[in-house]
Amino acid sequence: MDGKIIVDVKGVSKTYEGGVEALQDVHLAVPPGRLTTFLGPSGCGKTTLLKIIAGLIEPTAGDVLVKGRRISGPGPERAFVFQDFALLPWANVLRNVAFGLELRGMPVPERHAVARTYIAEVGLAGFEESYPSQLSGGMRQRVGLARALAVDADILLMDEPFSSVDEQTRRKFQEDLLALLGHQRKTVIFVTHSIEEAVYLSDRIVLLSRRPGKVSRVIESNIDRSGSPDDIRRDRNYLDAVDEIWRTLKAYLP
Amino acid sequence: MLVFGAWEIAGRIPISLAFPTFGETVAALLALIADGSLIKAYASTLQPLLIGIAVSAVVGVAAGVGMGLSRSLEWLALPIFIILQAAPLAAIIPLITYIYGIGLTAKSLAVILLATPVVVMNAYKGIRNTDPSLIAMGRSFLGTRTQQILKIMIPHARGLIFAGLRLGLAMGFVGVVVAELLITPTGIGDLITYHGSVANYAEMYASIVSIVALAAVTIGALERVERRLFRATGAAA
Repeated sequence: MDGKIIVDVKGVSKTYEGGVEALQDVHLAVPPGRLTTFLGPSGCGKTTLLKIIAGLIEPTAGDVLVKGRRISGPGPERAFVFQDFALLPWANVLRNVAFGLELRGMPVPERHAVARTYIAEVGLAGFEESYPSQLSGGMRQRVGLARALAVDADILLMDEPFSSVDEQTRRKFQEDLLALLGHQRKTVIFVTHSIEEAVYLSDRIVLLSRRPGKVSRVIESNIDRSGSPDDIRRDRNYLDAVDEIWRTLKAYLP
Repeated sequence: MLVFGAWEIAGRIPISLAFPTFGETVAALLALIADGSLIKAYASTLQPLLIGIAVSAVVGVAAGVGMGLSRSLEWLALPIFIILQAAPLAAIIPLITYIYGIGLTAKSLAVILLATPVVVMNAYKGIRNTDPSLIAMGRSFLGTRTQQILKIMIPHARGLIFAGLRLGLAMGFVGVVVAELLITPTGIGDLITYHGSVANYAEMYASIVSIVALAAVTIGALERVERRLFRATGAAA
């Protein structure tokens, strides 16, 4: 076990009740401090794989090691961002963001102070007292992100976080996420079905094949991220990577 | 106003000898209050009602939450409450009288039998239908089972629980009047039967109106309590 791997997926298979085989013998090593995306067609089991790493789903076979230790459930070193936000509708933004800390028994003044910091980080300062129903989809997901950041986990697991957010909001959110992660030094595993999103956000893309899902390729793209977001989207390497992934994925389409 | 006007006209026509005008009914109501018989009637009607409602609320919410949380409790208790909900109370009352006599116990039991099932079913559905994604969220942020129940499931279910309590309260009023009419005429049931039997139709209607009004006011008050409670704990929408 060398220090270069933070999440190690070893031979994970998952067969759901009723015989649907979602994942078959998946092997995958995730390096620390980087953003890795799982990309694949609908139903390829990418969310299942993420939830297995999160400890929310038990694999039928195989093991997941996090920092060298075999996991048997959720842990404090991993935080999850949900596709449908999973916010408490009866709690305001402040309480929602502090909820992970509340469950850990942190006293109110401390957890609210931490929550306020991250609410500001994700650009929601001033909305502490708002309720989820008063926020747009994009803002709700910022609350979900702040909640995951607030528990200070090393690994951030994001399950199609922008899929229910409109295109413009999504682009802005992607840019903000990159800026945020630039100074947070987290390991991020990000599930998406958007090729552009995967290439834009990450330089390590894991392509999963159609059900039963297997790792079909791992693509490392070398995009120059020093420029502006628009420069990245016009970058040669960016466009090549999108093309290459599309050609691979096309083979899986019926 | 329109209803009262129509009532006044219908009473004057008259559509039936047993149908007093609105004015006569109001006068009778005031008379019943003045001679203390209405107050005495409610003193006895409210006993089984309050006992029954209190038992239904506590037992009903506890049983419903328990059934929502435990599959084996659900398997055991759900059929009982479904049958109770479907059973016509009037048919069960002779059985209650046979076992528990004609006193306060039997009447409270009638209220409980009518009010509990709806309280139970609502609490049960509220807990069982908790958003699975919120449960996964609680697990992923390392919430314990107790935290999951207290901080996610019960707050999630409280809208349905309160709706159940409101319906249960309404059913409780039905239960107590049915019990007072069918078991032994006491309280408001006695007023209705007595004045009906001696052809004091205005007094009979006044008694009926009073219990309907009391039920409406109580349910409205519960709704207000619910709204205040939710605002205090921060559920704006």
